[in-house]
Amino acid sequence: MADNSTYAIEMLNITKRFPGIIANDNVTIQLKKGEIHALLGENGAGKSTLMSVLFGLYQAEEGVIKKDGREVKINNPNDANDLGIGMVHQHFKLVQCFTVLDNIILGVETTKYGLLQKEEARKKVLELSDKYGLKVDPDAKIEDITVGMQQRTEILKMLYRDNEILIFDEPTAVLTPSEIDELMDIMRNLAKEGKSILFISHKLAEIMAVADRCSVLRRGKYIGTVNIADTNQDELSRMMVGRDVQLVATKEDKVPGDVILHVENMTVPSKLHHNNAVKNVSFDVRSGEIVCIAGIDGNGQTELVYGLSGLENCTTGKITLSGKDITHASIRERSTSGMSHIPEDRHKHGLVMDYSLAYNLVLQRYFEPEFSNKAGFLKKSEINKYADKLIKQYDIRSGQGAPTIARSMSGGNQQKAIIAREIDKNPDLLIAVQPTRGLDVGAIEYIHKQLIAQRDAGHAVLLVSLELEEVMSISDRILVMYEGELVGEFDPKKTTPEELGLYMAGAKRKEIGA
Amino acid sequence: MTGQEKNKKSGGLLSNPAVQSILAALLCIVIGLLVGYIALLIINPGGATNAIITILKNYFTYPSKQAAMKYLGNTLVKAAPLLMCALSIQFCYQAGLFNIGAAGQYVAGAGAALFCALQLKLAWPVCLLAALIAGGVFGIIVGILKSYLNVNEVISGIMLNWIGLYTVNMLLSGVKETASPYTVQIASVNKSALLPSLGMEKLFTNNKYVTIAIPLAVIIAIVLKIVLSMTVFGYEIKATGIAKDAAKYSGMKEKKNIILTLFIGGALAGLGAAFLFLTGYEQWSVTQSSVPGMGFNGIAATFLGGLDPIGTIFASYFIQHITSGGSYLDKNIYPSQISDFISAIIIYLCGFVLFFKLYLNSYLSRRQERDKNKTVASTNKEEGGNK
Repeated sequence: MADNSTYAIEMLNITKRFPGIIANDNVTIQLKKGEIHALLGENGAGKSTLMSVLFGLYQAEEGVIKKDGREVKINNPNDANDLGIGMVHQHFKLVQCFTVLDNIILGVETTKYGLLQKEEARKKVLELSDKYGLKVDPDAKIEDITVGMQQRTEILKMLYRDNEILIFDEPTAVLTPSEIDELMDIMRNLAKEGKSILFISHKLAEIMAVADRCSVLRRGKYIGTVNIADTNQDELSRMMVGRDVQLVATKEDKVPGDVILHVENMTVPSKLHHNNAVKNVSFDVRSGEIVCIAGIDGNGQTELVYGLSGLENCTTGKITLSGKDITHASIRERSTSGMSHIPEDRHKHGLVMDYSLAYNLVLQRYFEPEFSNKAGFLKKSEINKYADKLIKQYDIRSGQGAPTIARSMSGGNQQKAIIAREIDKNPDLLIAVQPTRGLDVGAIEYIHKQLIAQRDAGHAVLLVSLELEEVMSISDRILVMYEGELVGEFDPKKTTPEELGLYMAGAKRKEIGA
Repeated sequence: MTGQEKNKKSGGLLSNPAVQSILAALLCIVIGLLVGYIALLIINPGGATNAIITILKNYFTYPSKQAAMKYLGNTLVKAAPLLMCALSIQFCYQAGLFNIGAAGQYVAGAGAALFCALQLKLAWPVCLLAALIAGGVFGIIVGILKSYLNVNEVISGIMLNWIGLYTVNMLLSGVKETASPYTVQIASVNKSALLPSLGMEKLFTNNKYVTIAIPLAVIIAIVLKIVLSMTVFGYEIKATGIAKDAAKYSGMKEKKNIILTLFIGGALAGLGAAFLFLTGYEQWSVTQSSVPGMGFNGIAATFLGGLDPIGTIFASYFIQHITSGGSYLDKNIYPSQISDFISAIIIYLCGFVLFFKLYLNSYLSRRQERDKNKTVASTNKEEGGNK
């Protein structure tokens, strides 16, 4: 009787409130059996909250959840598990020093006289792994395997528990392009075998590639559900953001001016490994151009920027900024000499998370006479006035404006705050490291526009990015980095992502004249 | 309780973090006293009620107002160094450092002050300065180890506590009384080293131990509050404490800041010791084999004071109040450590302050939400029906 329903899971009119905000406002999602259903929304749209309600981590104030047409109560993750609901979290929940097999059976171990019976479990895991094409080594330890394999372990964990409804929370954020393709295949396989999949994402291309239907949330509200076959990326992004979004940045041609940043034979040691992360690198960035360092993560881009910004000392080489030798200058001197730096890790470096937004906005300037007097006192009213100006000018949204604690702001607005702070310094050189990572299309569009505006104003921009699409669309010149060396220089108009890919993977290289 | 009635009326006042801190501290105190009372009941049910009242009454035990004032003076004399130690720990805590070495910096300050007063026969301003520097140097050692060699400040602090204790014992052996292990009385060898009273002793029934140390400690607390909340230095210190990497990214000299913070912390604790020993209220025992508890009690006062210099003034007084009160207990029935026990419970409960605040905040916003919903419910109904 119950199985007659076409829906595996229905969440009807769910409302979930948190102090001060309504995270889900009358949201309805219906997941058909055997479909891949995407859940799309910007950061903070309420996707994760909705899934947490389904998974029993939160209780909704209003609304009902139905499984196979029958109303159910989910009070905790164990209830969810009993109903066959499994979830792959964005940050994996794996025991690092356990093997893949141990992690999979953790919590549902078969025992005999109190002793573990792993053989049976191993057989089942290998069967599942064969059936769905999930390649794992059951005896490898989690800490030794790739992120992709860790994710497959998480998927196997759900399958081992015979879960029918699988939730993937932003599963592609941590994967390389080839791993993403593999994951897409796995998801299609799972759906074919009758599993129902909820796929949370804000990446339109992936949703178009793999999903059957897509439900969109915006600021906690349910916007609608569409068939992927009848829609396109533009419509989805309009539903998600609430207005038309330019997916590809446009910019006019511009002839670069003087050399702003000149790097000669720079070598930077690596903290993690006892070798040089950046080897003998030379390049220039001119005013009025965006130079992009492309490459696969971990090829020395981070250390290159550390060397430029002074977070790490270079062992050899020479750095010149607007004609001034800054090789041995302190971080503060570089900053006051006209270098701005949008850091890769905005939580670790970019913001003092427990400071107010106003305090964070003057993090690079609080010592200037504008914001502090000679006796060493902060001019609080000036700081607040300046903060209000930036908040307005750069449209930084937060709960209470200038006094809002940075930690409580959404990722996109935290990034906006950093960008406002760094750009408003009016720098000769702006270094931006993965400035759009983890952000939604609306915020990405905004950040790209800001970078291009800097270039058009005659400043030099050095962009480090892992996203080829971004590299191709906004840079004037592309430098490819591979294993700590620059292996090629390209004009984005005369190259293709495929060609760049070959250089990024180390298959090809050519000499570049600095 | 009138306080509770007020709370019900004004959610605005309740959501003020300062008010919350005070409420939480009071809650800790009440629960701490209750648990202390239960302990007293277990030891001897008969006198428990009287005992807890005695602890709370402290100097009010004396029927005459004059005597009470005099002994209030004594409590204040000991509260001043406690406040200084608490400020030392608190200042470092703002920079993300747990200065458990305050106990040793206090010892160093005591040693330097007494050595200058008794051996070198110097005047009190020099003795104060010596204590400040000695405590500061002890802090700097911890700071250098921390910032250049990444040695945990708790470990190096604790080890320095012992180094300090025995060094000071040796240093002061030359100025001890012949018949006892105590250092000679300052009043008998070098009156110029005694802190001036500026007439305050009159207020406290000629309690000669009441000196400028007490107002100085309060002034220093207020200065620290201003430094932390209003200056560039405070901005940097707190940024370094909360987010070391972000501080470095913005070009702050985080190593220098750590060392400077620990110097100031050490100087505060060292001064605190001078504030006690230069009154002549206590003499140093050169045979003592445990680090004086003042530095550790400072931890309690800091947390009870809600990590705020002004709150710490009151917390230091309160802790000293019940500690002094404990000494009036009938020693045949109860150990005088019962008041240490109560303050220990209170410190333990300070951890719960955070839970209390969290609970209070979520309760307040839930109530706010409910009120808001009630008012807009009628208008929303129609819209909801259309959907």
